[in-house]
Amino acid sequence: TGGLLLALSESEQQRYSELFSRCCPPPEAAAGGSSVGELFRASQLPPDTLHQITEVCGAKRVGYFGPAQFYIALKLIAAAQSGFPVRIESIKNELPLPQFMALKNDSEVRYGTPAELHGVKFQVPHATLEKNSFKRADEGDKQEPKSPPMSPICSPPASPSTYQRIPLSYGYGKSRSGLEQQHGAPYEVRHSTHQQDGPSSGNYGAKPALACSTLNRSLSAEREQQDSSAHYSDDPWRITEEQRDYYINQFRSLQPDLNSFISGSVAKNFFTKSKLPIPELSHIWELSDVDCDGALTLPEFCAAFHLVVARKNGYQLPETLPETLLPEYLQAASLKPMRDCALFDSYSESLPGGQQTRDFSRTEKTSAEEVPENSAVLQDGKKDDKQALKVSTGLKTIPKEFQHLTVKTAAQESNALKSRPRSRSYSSTSIEDAMKKGEEPPTPPPRPQKSHSRASSLDLNKIFQQNTQAVRSGWLPPPPPALPPRPSASQTEQPSEVELHPQMNRPPSQAEENSSVKKEVALSQPPSKPARRKLRTEAQGLETPELSPTINVTSSLPAVKPHLPVQKQSSKQKRAIQTAIRKNKEANAVLARLNSELQQQLKEVHKERIALETQLEQLRPVTVL
Amino acid sequence: VLVSVIHSPPQNYPLYIRSVPTENELKFHYTVHTSLDVVDEKISAMGKALVDQRELYLGLLYPTEDYKVYGYVTNSKVKFVMVVDSSNTALRDNEIRSMFRKLHNSYTDIMCNPFYNPGDRIHSRAFDNMVNSMMMQVC
Repeated sequence: TGGLLLALSESEQQRYSELFSRCCPPPEAAAGGSSVGELFRASQLPPDTLHQITEVCGAKRVGYFGPAQFYIALKLIAAAQSGFPVRIESIKNELPLPQFMALKNDSEVRYGTPAELHGVKFQVPHATLEKNSFKRADEGDKQEPKSPPMSPICSPPASPSTYQRIPLSYGYGKSRSGLEQQHGAPYEVRHSTHQQDGPSSGNYGAKPALACSTLNRSLSAEREQQDSSAHYSDDPWRITEEQRDYYINQFRSLQPDLNSFISGSVAKNFFTKSKLPIPELSHIWELSDVDCDGALTLPEFCAAFHLVVARKNGYQLPETLPETLLPEYLQAASLKPMRDCALFDSYSESLPGGQQTRDFSRTEKTSAEEVPENSAVLQDGKKDDKQALKVSTGLKTIPKEFQHLTVKTAAQESNALKSRPRSRSYSSTSIEDAMKKGEEPPTPPPRPQKSHSRASSLDLNKIFQQNTQAVRSGWLPPPPPALPPRPSASQTEQPSEVELHPQMNRPPSQAEENSSVKKEVALSQPPSKPARRKLRTEAQGLETPELSPTINVTSSLPAVKPHLPVQKQSSKQKRAIQTAIRKNKEANAVLARLNSELQQQLKEVHKERIALETQLEQLRPVTVL
Repeated sequence: VLVSVIHSPPQNYPLYIRSVPTENELKFHYTVHTSLDVVDEKISAMGKALVDQRELYLGLLYPTEDYKVYGYVTNSKVKFVMVVDSSNTALRDNEIRSMFRKLHNSYTDIMCNPFYNPGDRIHSRAFDNMVNSMMMQVC
């Protein structure tokens, strides 16, 4: 029975593995290029045919001749020698063994009994599937350098379902070789509906038969979609659209608010239903919960779900989270269809269109190593993000210092979360746009870092007005002590992010910056900081200090400074958050007091004004009427 | 050279042990176990005062083996023990502290995983990687 994906006959299989081992002495995973070249040349095919074969079999893309590529290549050689064009489809047919003249043991083995070739049951869809699988293999290989070496896939696909499996296993060989055998059985076991679901479950784009048995029905229905989306879901760690929709629906079933998160216990129960072993689930969690907060946001959930799907389909779990599963990446991609609010419309500054995900993957790749930081920031950033919006809208008159903080707050967000601030900026570029608040999706309660409530922000404005003259530049609004850490931490992030978070530079120089600089800085930084810009201009507009400065505010502001230099690290975030909460509460109390004092002053001033006006009336010449 | 261990109360059994030169591992086990007593002693000594996160503990200098043992206790009484070769004089106090801090952070990350039951042995790959990288740094 044909062992390989292509259902090679026994003789073929034997031959191929023999050739392969000759070219690639085990335990290496890939055949040496030179020996492979020798072999190919021995087939006496014209060199450009050989080039074509190399390309088609995927070795070019991958860069080496793994068993999959090698076998395909051999098959293609056989096809070419029989006169077929060098294409994937041709090797599906029955073919004689490739003939290699120069090699001794090759010469006599011209096995040409088509009858021996099984695997004729191939279906046409396989063409595309295999192509996709090749692509997938390439990308999968590239994406997962640590995948176990592919060894010749020898387990015979015993049932039709394995045919469907073939593209997958062919392409992804990662653990296939080892798992192929056991997958023969568990594959059927896992998928309650065998034959027709076999393909669907085998296909990458299809969802696995999780405990949710209804999946299987939808899976088979979605199999057709797999081809269409296959080009996009070339690699196993990229989530297709239908997969994402499915994940989102599952998320909704656990947590109706798509912008909130699933708690650990809920997620645990859910994923336990997938019947994966606990250590694997633990590892999946480790991979997907990038901010290590014990909860899964939507992108994290999608990543986790996707890993479960992949695992059930037989893929080994990666050591690190693939880039396409990073929350930032997923958020960019997933938020596209979810237009709950305009937030995510302009996720990628550079990619307003549908290519956002792809480009994002690139930009995200550059910041891939910042995932730990991002993860830490993500959690807070998400909430901060929304808070920033609220705060920004509320703090229209906030002086620039505060704007800095709000800027920082936005900056705190991970790279992925930049999308939200960015979208905010796009949606409301005008500084006075107060509609940002409306754009925000239902967000969790404002983070303490955002500090001021709207009411207090207004007072802050006055307060700062008073003090602007003297100490403007040195002021730091009480708000988020944790803010500076993020921006400063994010400063250490890759320069590619600098443009996105220009405000990162601000935190350190916060105290020194003057209002005009800030304003320019804010305006020059489209992403996220619309609030900031707004605040800045407002603050600048409020240049009229009429109220007497309150020392409390000044003193409280410097007190916040010490917190600014705290470096944002995922490890310190929690502590920073708690201190931030405390500080914000204190600041709030101070500001409330300030507020009442200023109100009093305002009343007195009003009284004086009225008195003066009446005096003026009295003193006015009677003639003037 | 370096051994990282975590112990958990109240039974004080190791949740995780890793050493870089993997020989003499048993000796390290023994050392760590004996050091637990000293650690407990220190904890009880500072019971009244605020539990200091940083419990730098240097003192177990065996006359023969000549290595140092550092201890660290978290608020939840999880103990981290590190055994370092004395010949490695490059290790400064704050380096030890930072290593403990990293350990602690990684440990909290593990705790966040809902699939991890407190008291289980730690199998997290991320944690392993962190520990390995840390130990490579030292040696």
